[in-house]
Amino acid sequence: MPDPNPDRIGPSPSPDFSRAAGGLRVSVDLNRCQAYAQCCYAAPDHFVLHGAEALHYDPAPTAAARDAIERARVACPVQAILVEDAGNGRP
Amino acid sequence: MSQDHPSHGRPAHDHLVVVGASLAGLRGAEAARKAGFTGRITVVGAEPHRPYDRPPLSKQVLTGGVAPGATTLPNLEPLDAEWRLGSAAAGLDRSGRAVILESGERIAYDRLLIATGARARPWPDAAEGRLGGVHTLRSRDDAAALRASLATKPGRVLVIGGGFIGCEVAAACRDLDLPVTLVESGSTVLERVLGSHLGSVVAALHAARGVDLRFGAKVEALEDDGTGHVVRARLADGRTIATTCVVVALGAVRNTGWLHGSGLAFDDGGVECDADGHVLDTDGRPDRTIAAAGDVARFPHPLYDGRRVALEHWGHAVAQGAHAGRLLAGHSIARAYAEVPAFWSSQGGITLKMVGLTEGADALVIAQGDPKTGRFLALYGRAGRCVAAVSFDSVRWLPAYAAMVAEGAPFPPIRGAVDQGRLTVLPPGFPKEDER
Repeated sequence: MPDPNPDRIGPSPSPDFSRAAGGLRVSVDLNRCQAYAQCCYAAPDHFVLHGAEALHYDPAPTAAARDAIERARVACPVQAILVEDAGNGRP
Repeated sequence: MSQDHPSHGRPAHDHLVVVGASLAGLRGAEAARKAGFTGRITVVGAEPHRPYDRPPLSKQVLTGGVAPGATTLPNLEPLDAEWRLGSAAAGLDRSGRAVILESGERIAYDRLLIATGARARPWPDAAEGRLGGVHTLRSRDDAAALRASLATKPGRVLVIGGGFIGCEVAAACRDLDLPVTLVESGSTVLERVLGSHLGSVVAALHAARGVDLRFGAKVEALEDDGTGHVVRARLADGRTIATTCVVVALGAVRNTGWLHGSGLAFDDGGVECDADGHVLDTDGRPDRTIAAAGDVARFPHPLYDGRRVALEHWGHAVAQGAHAGRLLAGHSIARAYAEVPAFWSSQGGITLKMVGLTEGADALVIAQGDPKTGRFLALYGRAGRCVAAVSFDSVRWLPAYAAMVAEGAPFPPIRGAVDQGRLTVLPPGFPKEDER
């Protein structure tokens, strides 16, 4: 996928306990995902479908993407998108 | 790396220790909290990282789309846990109710979740396995090292093993336009999980994308140039493959070594559990203070006549982790853990998703679509019952067949519609038992 945040490319220093300040963590349950691609419309910079069903997603969006990620999470017909958003009180 | 734990006012005797800062460990700890557990939680992890997601490690991390450090898993419940990362468990003293760390430190527990997972099966020759350029792929650090190696554009990558990791690595190499050879001792890729009939469908995909596939072949030795870096692989038939980047993808071994002397029943294939998820001692008695979950737990699966299985699936780590967390929190478990196994793999642009277990399957039908078009669903039968279904780029058909697998519906499936042709029952082509 075209990475929306190219400076994240490459091995990160380790140990890595933290995310970008105020950033999010995202994981998609790809057993549940049925490639309805609603996330790709809601947050096109962070979710991209490759081929018919291979969903590539940004697991560590910055805080600036909060609204787009939340739209994607809510739009998913099978509720497969899991988000940790400390800046938004979740959890 | 640890943080002060605000445990004031909590009963000191109430301490849940999770060994394994893994997907199963994280979801287990979260489930315990969600079920009302208010005591202390300590998570012990051998690696210096918070729990991270493995599926991207063999896919987008290798192609550079996702940084290894970006894979830290979302935390979905407030955990209020103490993290002991970078300190592997080295022993378990059940009579003293303590986990012993490598440093010798003892961590007392009242309830213990074992979620230590598995590690990559190493190359059998340890000295060859240590050569520069020889990789395994299991951890985030493994993925970072392999990504760095692929980014130097090696002349040819050699993948040893045609399982899911081997296939995904080979596909990632082709995404990067790197020459890659995959050596597999069996007759095709994914033979143990899919059988040779569908394995050869996947093999054809990789061949069409330019992967040099060598079946029925065996790497006998990895050789260096005198500087400690691999330069070639020697096959059993005497031929050689020039390569400076080798990925050993020979499956996984469960991390159970630290249980030596604990009195629990375990081997390289997992720690034995009862149907609830409590671990068993060597006399077969459950220890109700300890549960296990994820790759490391071997348990009788009710869907498969109680056959003991240890599953290396993402969804299983989530579901069994949560089950174990509720169990340890004292939540009454209405029924044994019986989640239908499910996993996915994306490679070379296609996505296959499977439910159920194909082990022992004796028949196969293409229930929807056509392998020639690349989009189809296949159903596996065993002794006249549906045991597994796999979709190739046709996941929306899968839930209906997953229900048949969960019910153990008759196989071949009964279909009455007049516009549906008869299903042709095929041999799935699994290796003989002694070859598995």
